[in-house]
Amino acid sequence: MSATSTTLPPELEWKLPARGQVGMSALIGAESAIFTIFVVAYLFYIGKSLSGPMPKDVLSVPIFYTICLLSSSLTIHLAARSLRGGKVRSFAAWWLLTITLGAIFLYGTASEWHRLIYKEGLTITTNLFGTTYYSLVGLHGFHVIVGLLALGSVMAFTIFGAVKHEHAERIDVLSLYWHFVDAVWVVVFTVVYLIGR
Amino acid sequence: MSPVVVWICGATAAFADTAQPLSPTSIFAPASTPAKSIFGLSLFVLAVTGAIFLIVFALLLYSVVKFRKRKNDDGREPPQVYGSNQVELAWTVIPVLIVVALFMATARVIASVQKTVRPDNAIEVVAIGHQFWWEYRYPTLGVVTANELHVPVSDENHPTPTFIKLLSADTDHSFWVPRLAGKTDLIPNHPNSMWIDPHDPGVYLGQCAQYCGTQHAKMLLRVYVQSQDEFARWIQEQRQPAIAGDAVSQGQRIFETTACINCHTVAGTVANGRFGPDLTHLMSRDTIAAGAAKNTPENLRQWILSPAAIKPGSLMPAMQLSDAELDALTAYLETLR
Amino acid sequence: MSTESIAWPNTAAASPSFVDHLHEWVTTVDHKRLGILYIVYALIFLVIGGIEATVMRIQLIRPHNDFVSPQVFNRMFTMHGTTMIFFVVMPVLFGFANYLIPLMIGARDMAFPRLNAFSFWMTAFGGLLLYFSLVGANGLYGAGNAPDVGWFAYAPLTSQTFSVGHSTDFWTLALLVSGLGSIGTAINIIATVLCMRCPGMTLAKMPLFAWLNFVMAGLVILAVSPLTAAQIMLVVDRYLGGHFFDTQAGGSAVIWMHFFWVFGHPEVYVLVLPAFAFASEIIPVFSRKPIFGYPVMVGATIAIGFISMSVWAHHMFTVGMSAAANNFFVISTMAIAVPTGIKIFNWLGTMWGGKIEFKTPMLFCIAFLFQFLIAGLTGIMQGAAPFDWHLGNSYFVVAHFHYVIVGGILFCLFGAFYYWFPKMSGKMYSETLGKLHFWLFIVGFHMTFDFMHIPGLLGMPRRIYTYEPGRGWDTWNLVVTIGVFFQAAGILVFLGNLIWSYFRGRPAGNDPWDAWTLEWSTNSPPPAYNFYTIPSVQSRRPLWDLKHPDDPDWKYE
Repeated sequence: MSATSTTLPPELEWKLPARGQVGMSALIGAESAIFTIFVVAYLFYIGKSLSGPMPKDVLSVPIFYTICLLSSSLTIHLAARSLRGGKVRSFAAWWLLTITLGAIFLYGTASEWHRLIYKEGLTITTNLFGTTYYSLVGLHGFHVIVGLLALGSVMAFTIFGAVKHEHAERIDVLSLYWHFVDAVWVVVFTVVYLIGR
Repeated sequence: MSPVVVWICGATAAFADTAQPLSPTSIFAPASTPAKSIFGLSLFVLAVTGAIFLIVFALLLYSVVKFRKRKNDDGREPPQVYGSNQVELAWTVIPVLIVVALFMATARVIASVQKTVRPDNAIEVVAIGHQFWWEYRYPTLGVVTANELHVPVSDENHPTPTFIKLLSADTDHSFWVPRLAGKTDLIPNHPNSMWIDPHDPGVYLGQCAQYCGTQHAKMLLRVYVQSQDEFARWIQEQRQPAIAGDAVSQGQRIFETTACINCHTVAGTVANGRFGPDLTHLMSRDTIAAGAAKNTPENLRQWILSPAAIKPGSLMPAMQLSDAELDALTAYLETLR
Repeated sequence: MSTESIAWPNTAAASPSFVDHLHEWVTTVDHKRLGILYIVYALIFLVIGGIEATVMRIQLIRPHNDFVSPQVFNRMFTMHGTTMIFFVVMPVLFGFANYLIPLMIGARDMAFPRLNAFSFWMTAFGGLLLYFSLVGANGLYGAGNAPDVGWFAYAPLTSQTFSVGHSTDFWTLALLVSGLGSIGTAINIIATVLCMRCPGMTLAKMPLFAWLNFVMAGLVILAVSPLTAAQIMLVVDRYLGGHFFDTQAGGSAVIWMHFFWVFGHPEVYVLVLPAFAFASEIIPVFSRKPIFGYPVMVGATIAIGFISMSVWAHHMFTVGMSAAANNFFVISTMAIAVPTGIKIFNWLGTMWGGKIEFKTPMLFCIAFLFQFLIAGLTGIMQGAAPFDWHLGNSYFVVAHFHYVIVGGILFCLFGAFYYWFPKMSGKMYSETLGKLHFWLFIVGFHMTFDFMHIPGLLGMPRRIYTYEPGRGWDTWNLVVTIGVFFQAAGILVFLGNLIWSYFRGRPAGNDPWDAWTLEWSTNSPPPAYNFYTIPSVQSRRPLWDLKHPDDPDWKYE
């Protein structure tokens, strides 16, 4: 309780980074480490399956769905920019578009899996390719779902008028997560559909 | 303190007569080239770390004694020293040099052990780790046995090393006979290899050194280093199929009609199971159950009656035989020389 | 709920009931309360883990002993290791970090108080989940019992084939859950250190305690995550029919080892850096000098953090890696000795020329210096890979890592308990009992862990429930076991001291040690808001500056 005031010269401003950004970046660091392990497992097991469908036999490159997901990074960026400029309606529109693009991507993954399981007979138990493919793509898809849930909640708040200009910083933190999900897809796409096929 | 104790024990063991070391599994009584290379490195490492220990320990002790607060202290704070760049440089550079020296010595031994090329006259053994026993196959010599590995002694001038390929039928194991070599793991789907060239005949002991399940502790190793002649004779004996006598035909019938043949092989009979040890020459071994018990008729009978009494958690089931059946069966097994 | 029609004078001042207290503690988001919850939780599991160790040591007191069955013994070493690392050392260190970091950096709380609470309860739940395995399910061999696969759970022993029932799953899920808690705490520490420092406290003026925990948090982020990934893969194998570690399907047992040790090695630095943090605060105060070489200490810490991510396969020297791989890990392992050694020298430099007071916290830290030196040197011995082909997986390794964790980390932890107990409770502990604890424990520690090196050198592998006579291991095992009872006595004295002093100790005041960091400027115990006004600082030792206005630190830093 003693006055620990060895006071600062008044002209020095005390500016520290924002908690939200730092916290989200640390979370992204942790998640990147998790994904790295799954990517390493995928790369290690390329060509090592003892049997069963091989990647080049059954995988088709999901160009359209990838474009959707990566564009959603652009749209979320535009949404955040709108909110920072105070344009809530414009924010809502871009935000909704982001969710839609994310949902389309998820649908794409689901339909690919449906085809792989029922037409090509590739499941998580089929062989090493099946195990590593479904795990890696599935882990990413799980993160997309979590992201969409978060984005959806914000959409609901927006519809009820609760999201305003002063929340722009929080929206920035959330979009950081979404950008991360997209960046992971770039890596997964490269590893699964380009290198591994 | 520990490194001093370690050093003293190590030095004592090292200079003790290697034929009668402090312990039959001491790492300081090498009897084969890989173990000897490691021993040389270990002495160097112990010397370096021992020296570091003595110096730093002395400095710590000195500082704690010399700079303690005295009873007649004047209450003033001592000079507040924040650091010294020269000192920091010194105690960065010197450790780096020590690390470089240690690394170079280490790299040399790694190369000498790992990069040895197998000579043509080497004995080839394939060791397969099981829960909780060792299978040994000599592919070029046509021998299959279990738990007790026989190798010829190797003359330092005309070496006849034994190269062992290490496989596993189930989980991870590790082959560690300290006087012959460092340990190498047996990992399924990951073949490894090691080599030994024991210089003196005798029995060398060790045991599994990678936790493999309930009876990891009793997966013991016995390596019999024999003269060239004795080894050749052993190989000849091991190649023979089992010779059955009429006196034990009842025991043999029990063996062949109960579940025994599902797991065990007796060469020359219908028994050709691979899950458990090959029993063709069971009586040529000093121990049973991978070293868990001496190979006596009583122990053998007890083992068949209830493996859990000797090695609980072993994968051999109790055979639920009557006393008479047990006696007959044991008598039969006693003929498998 | 209020009875406002008749306002009895006493109602507002009625002391809270037990349920109210419980509610306060269960719903708290105050970093100090959560810190204490972590610490108490860890102490309970310390006793449990200690009992598990005692059971093992009694079994090993002589060859072919039958105190417990092999099945029970194997569960003991699995549970002992898992408990001690994940539910004792990590929680207690997180507890101290949570309690002290905001106070030391002049903040009112951690960056994310609710995340803090969530992280604690996840960790707590993980521990309960692990122990629930004891009753979890009945049925087949291994089904309803504690895990017995070793704390590093090598594949394929953990596959459904070799680990029937659910015991392995309790291990996996308990660590998954508490791992999420650890990552949450790490995020919190990083955000707090970067975003919540009081005015004037640049990173270069932050106490070393905060720096070391900050780097530890970075390691948790990078290292616990691979374990999480590997455990997800194990669950996929065991329940979804995956083949990550299925050697029959072409999978690799070795890749589990890589993934585990990519976690496992940085994990031990996660454990040791906070211990260094304690030493770096206590040794200067009881030597009456600032820490020697603060910038070098920070640099060495960061170097240790980075290098620790590159040494992991020194746990795999016997697995059959190529000579090139073995050489790489030899050199990275030996390289990490350099910054670690530098730290020991800097602590030595701190004591040098000082006026050392041998109070209990300092006794423990001095012992730490000697013991950590030895532990580091036995580490170097194992870093020489061919030497490790003998030493690895033997009792030499067990002796080495207990030397680090007990002789290094636990000793610093005891020092920390005694040093900050006055701040956290407002009472002084009994110095006599503290010294009794010290001497009992140090005798026991050395009896057990010095002599434990020898059976390793004489060929005794680890994780064996019994051993053969005639290998020269018997006497050493006996001595090792006897030492356990001295340590247990020391722990009892320690716990007794804490409890007795909490109720009967004399008031400690704000600053019983005449120390220099911000936590000593506020009340003991601190109020919920920590500081009446947020302080601002000009040097690394703000309280030195206040106490010595003619000779402040900021003139020299």
